[in-house]
Amino acid sequence: MAESRSISLKVNGVSYHEDVEVRMTLADFLRHSLELTGTHIGCEHGVCGACTVLVDGRSVRSCLMLAIQANGREVTTIEGVAPSPTELHPIQQALREHHGLQCGFCTPGVVMTLLEFLKDCPNPTEEEVRVAISGNLCRCTGYQGIVDAVLAVAGGKRA
Amino acid sequence: MKPAPFKYHDPRTLDEVLSLLGSLEDARLLAGGQSLMPMLNMRLAQPLNIIDLNRLEELTYIRLGDEILEIGAMARQRDIEFSDVVRQAFPLMYEAVRHIGHRQTRNRGTIGGSLCHLDPSAELVCVAAAVGATVIVASQSGRREIPFAKFPAGLMTPSIESNEMVIAIRFPIWKSGHGYGFEEFARRHGDFALASAAVLLESDGHRITRARVTVGGIAPQPQTLLAKLEGRSASEALFAEAAESCDALEAMNDLNYTSDYRRHIAKAMVKRALRKAYGRVSKH
Repeated sequence: MAESRSISLKVNGVSYHEDVEVRMTLADFLRHSLELTGTHIGCEHGVCGACTVLVDGRSVRSCLMLAIQANGREVTTIEGVAPSPTELHPIQQALREHHGLQCGFCTPGVVMTLLEFLKDCPNPTEEEVRVAISGNLCRCTGYQGIVDAVLAVAGGKRA
Repeated sequence: MKPAPFKYHDPRTLDEVLSLLGSLEDARLLAGGQSLMPMLNMRLAQPLNIIDLNRLEELTYIRLGDEILEIGAMARQRDIEFSDVVRQAFPLMYEAVRHIGHRQTRNRGTIGGSLCHLDPSAELVCVAAAVGATVIVASQSGRREIPFAKFPAGLMTPSIESNEMVIAIRFPIWKSGHGYGFEEFARRHGDFALASAAVLLESDGHRITRARVTVGGIAPQPQTLLAKLEGRSASEALFAEAAESCDALEAMNDLNYTSDYRRHIAKAMVKRALRKAYGRVSKH
């Protein structure tokens, strides 16, 4: 018998109380239990970065965390990033303007990574940006569009 | 749902962990999860019991004592990276930590997890070997200290018993003004390093008075170079001579990289790290 426990957590500001199997990853919990399918699952072993979410403000790979480990924590997913259903977050807007995405599969993870990165490092160099996104695999853009977008949004006026 | 079913334990204190470790069969400790979680997801590991250490606040400290930096096993790599204490007292570790995986993995990964996983390319393993750290291990029957040189029992296997856990690591601190350099080569930033070099130097202004050169990534465990640097003046020729002594090191030979190639990369890393360390050493 698979063991289950109940957990309480906040996701994008909303409180949830759910029963989870203890072996369920946070990524599967977000997608299957809460139906927040914006968090994408690529490799499921911590390489691709597509499932990146924020837990208490820190970017983590949600495939490498158990849902039960998020008990009592605040999680932010891509669904909680834009200010309204009709507006984009400045990072999203910049990615759109600079061809920072094509198929878009990796984009939720990229945006979540950048949210934390730009908070820690508001005015990064190009090298710092490249290191920051090195944990997110993107097979479409060749990264240049993503780098351009980050530099534009960070500099604000530099765009 | 990727991991096979297991029984989950989330103790709040070290005593609880040790009592679980002493009584449960086939239990694995879950620290930051950046290596164990992939193994669970791929079902390469299917333990009956998981003991989650992430609620253990008592092992997350970073404490500077008298010429010793002691770090609790559950201190996250990110906390080490952003610690002013580490940056000032043990800059080699600061420089090395920034090479570990990525921001997202350092936010979870712990020092204890990294040392126990003992990946040949692990930066913290190389740093622990470089300074001759001491690993503090606990079980219900007490504590013991293991010099880092004796910590690995073999490839990716620490010499601790199934009822024991690593609770902290002590790093001897070099004197203020020492030179340091950590260099590694990976095909992509954050990937497993093919070779790494950690260098620590002290100088009296004319000659190198103390030196330690450690090479990681090329063999199951880090190795110390037997280069003679002490008592000699730093120069490119000396650094090149030191790097050549990588020829004597054990190096793994596999499908991806031959031992000769690994040693070749190691030499380049040693030279770079020596240059960097000498550029930083206080010359008086």
